Amino acid sequence: MSMRTLPLLFINLGGEMLYILDQRLRAQNIPGDKAKKVMNDIITTMFNKKFMEELFKPQELYSKKALRTVFDRLAHASIMRLNQASMDKLYDLMTMAFKYQVLLCPRPKDILLVSFNHMDAIKEFIRDSPSILNQVDETFRQLIEIYSCLPAGEFQLIRQTLLIFFQDMHIRVSIFLKDKVQNSNGRFVLPTSGPVPCGTEIPGLIRIFNCNGEELKRTEFPSGGHYTSSLREGSFDLYGDRVIKLGTNMYSVSRPVETHMSGTSKNSASHTKENASPNPLAKEELNLLARLLGGLDIKKPVDVDPGFRVNLFATDEEEQEAAVLRPPELSYQVVNIQATQDQQTNDMLARIMGEFKEEGQASQSMLSKGDDLLAMMDGLE
Amino acid sequence: MYRKEKSIQIKSSASALYSNLSVLPIPEKSLTYFTVVHGNVLNMVSASGDGLNFSHRQLQSKDGSITASSSLIMQASWCVLPSRVLLVLTSQKGIQMYESDGSIMVYWHALDIPETPSAQAVFARGIAAARGNFICVGTSSGSLLVFDVPSKGTNITLSEVLEEHREPITDIASEVSRNKEYIADLVSTDDSGLLCVWKAGEDFKLLNKIPAYGCTCSSVTLWAGIVVAGYSSGQIRLYDALSGVMYAEVNAHARWIYALDIASDSGKLLSGAEDSLVRIWKLSRSTETNTAEIEHLHTECVTDIQICGAKFCDGEGSAFAVTGYDLSEIIRYTQI
Repeated sequence: MSMRTLPLLFINLGGEMLYILDQRLRAQNIPGDKAKKVMNDIITTMFNKKFMEELFKPQELYSKKALRTVFDRLAHASIMRLNQASMDKLYDLMTMAFKYQVLLCPRPKDILLVSFNHMDAIKEFIRDSPSILNQVDETFRQLIEIYSCLPAGEFQLIRQTLLIFFQDMHIRVSIFLKDKVQNSNGRFVLPTSGPVPCGTEIPGLIRIFNCNGEELKRTEFPSGGHYTSSLREGSFDLYGDRVIKLGTNMYSVSRPVETHMSGTSKNSASHTKENASPNPLAKEELNLLARLLGGLDIKKPVDVDPGFRVNLFATDEEEQEAAVLRPPELSYQVVNIQATQDQQTNDMLARIMGEFKEEGQASQSMLSKGDDLLAMMDGLE
Repeated sequence: MYRKEKSIQIKSSASALYSNLSVLPIPEKSLTYFTVVHGNVLNMVSASGDGLNFSHRQLQSKDGSITASSSLIMQASWCVLPSRVLLVLTSQKGIQMYESDGSIMVYWHALDIPETPSAQAVFARGIAAARGNFICVGTSSGSLLVFDVPSKGTNITLSEVLEEHREPITDIASEVSRNKEYIADLVSTDDSGLLCVWKAGEDFKLLNKIPAYGCTCSSVTLWAGIVVAGYSSGQIRLYDALSGVMYAEVNAHARWIYALDIASDSGKLLSGAEDSLVRIWKLSRSTETNTAEIEHLHTECVTDIQICGAKFCDGEGSAFAVTGYDLSEIIRYTQI
């Protein structure tokens, strides 16, 4: 559907990823300089110029698998390592958080304000590094230039495209359950109270006119909720008050990152279907992925700086348990590349793999399980 | 008052698309057909009159290419013509027309897809049968495609392309009252909120343009010469189809309206929106004073569900059905 959806999906999911990583780095008492390096490296990679150029080209959304592969790469763009269970959990949290924001944003256009909340927070993470800040601001300006004048109908199409991407995902997230914005069945709570969106009147009034446009009568009916007048519109500029809170950092030391996994029977059907599709490896998709990953400029860890592992669970035991207990329909298989016979695809593949091998050799420390893209792409069906 | 009946389970959940529910009552077989779009699949269910037996069918969107990324369906609707009923399905790639039970595809119209992807999305959306043997379908470029449908067979032809809209078409509706005195046959609307009123025939004639007021019109119906438009602002507005005079303005919903439907015999109006509410209204028109009125009858809340489809199941409006985003069922209500 909308060809302008991918940049917003990537930036908002990336923003959520940074919130979670920032919180985990603190919770695991990672020394300040290392934590800072991780955040800086990931943000530098995320807003890489070449990568952004690819991202902003008009295109369809990637499949869930392809996007997951991109985020696997991004999470490992620095000296930090995540194992499969933690990466799964990280991705679940990111996607459910953004699904919530897309579903709840009062008007489709407010997705842009949600994105700006993420951008504002990302700038705060790297406020001491002027060169990265410049890089992020460049993307920020591009977002404003492309999106701020789009009509409401186009934003609704973007929103509908995102909702199709997130359809049937009902993973329960404890921070949402605690806040009572998610039900135990994984559905988000839709309020029927509070301020109506900008440009909307509180429901409950009927006005009848005659053919000269004069008002003949007014009648009222129950609104079905407890609505109040709309808040003022948030700022769509580079700096300003976005007014809406969706997309701001909801984690803190007292509100840690946790998930409940639940593979309900409802969502399993569609997951299975996606996994079972005969050739998930359409050439087109692979080309997109290759182009995008080609743009991803992964920083090679400096030799003197040994990597470390971050855990999205309280203990290692819990992490191992989660890996075993995870319902198979919730496993994101990263793109599987062997099954194709298409010559051109194979060439493309060889090229991507060649690139990764080179990188792998350059840095021994990157050859851990989670970041070897060759293994990731080949071994995980 | 309406009572909630047993829901109909569907094979996959509804996507968030305008008017994502189509209903076709088949009184002679005492069956009702339903369709709901899920991504690139159309769920089709036929339900027996007693609500006990269901049979399911799934249709895939047709795809010009061999890539795995199959095209997403935008909308599906039955078009009831004097001599036949067709199920029309619109997607990012084109328009598919099936026999009413979904068994045989009788026609395929491909949309022009640019070689290199442009920022402007390509799709067809908005489906309506028009007086005579015409089916009208809207496109993302704002064109209305008029298809001439023979009483049987597959010789369907594109007879006319109407170019009055500049923005993607959101919805098209034909006059539903059986009274022949009303001149306007068809109304179309788009992302900008512009309404175009048409007279159907060998050559379609533009009768009137009702200007936008800054909001997207996501759903429209036409009953007894009254255009009923549902907007992104949550408002419903009633206009005279020919003069464009606004009869009524209703602050109906707190969020985008996704679906409107009208019961042809009773003039009951159904509206469903992202605010999780479905409302029933009653329209009436007075020819002496040349005015039309609307009153609120009933509201149902489908808790935590953003409504994307709402349709009456009969001409009286004594039963209706609702779908919502991420919901794998069709919820039914009947009047008590």
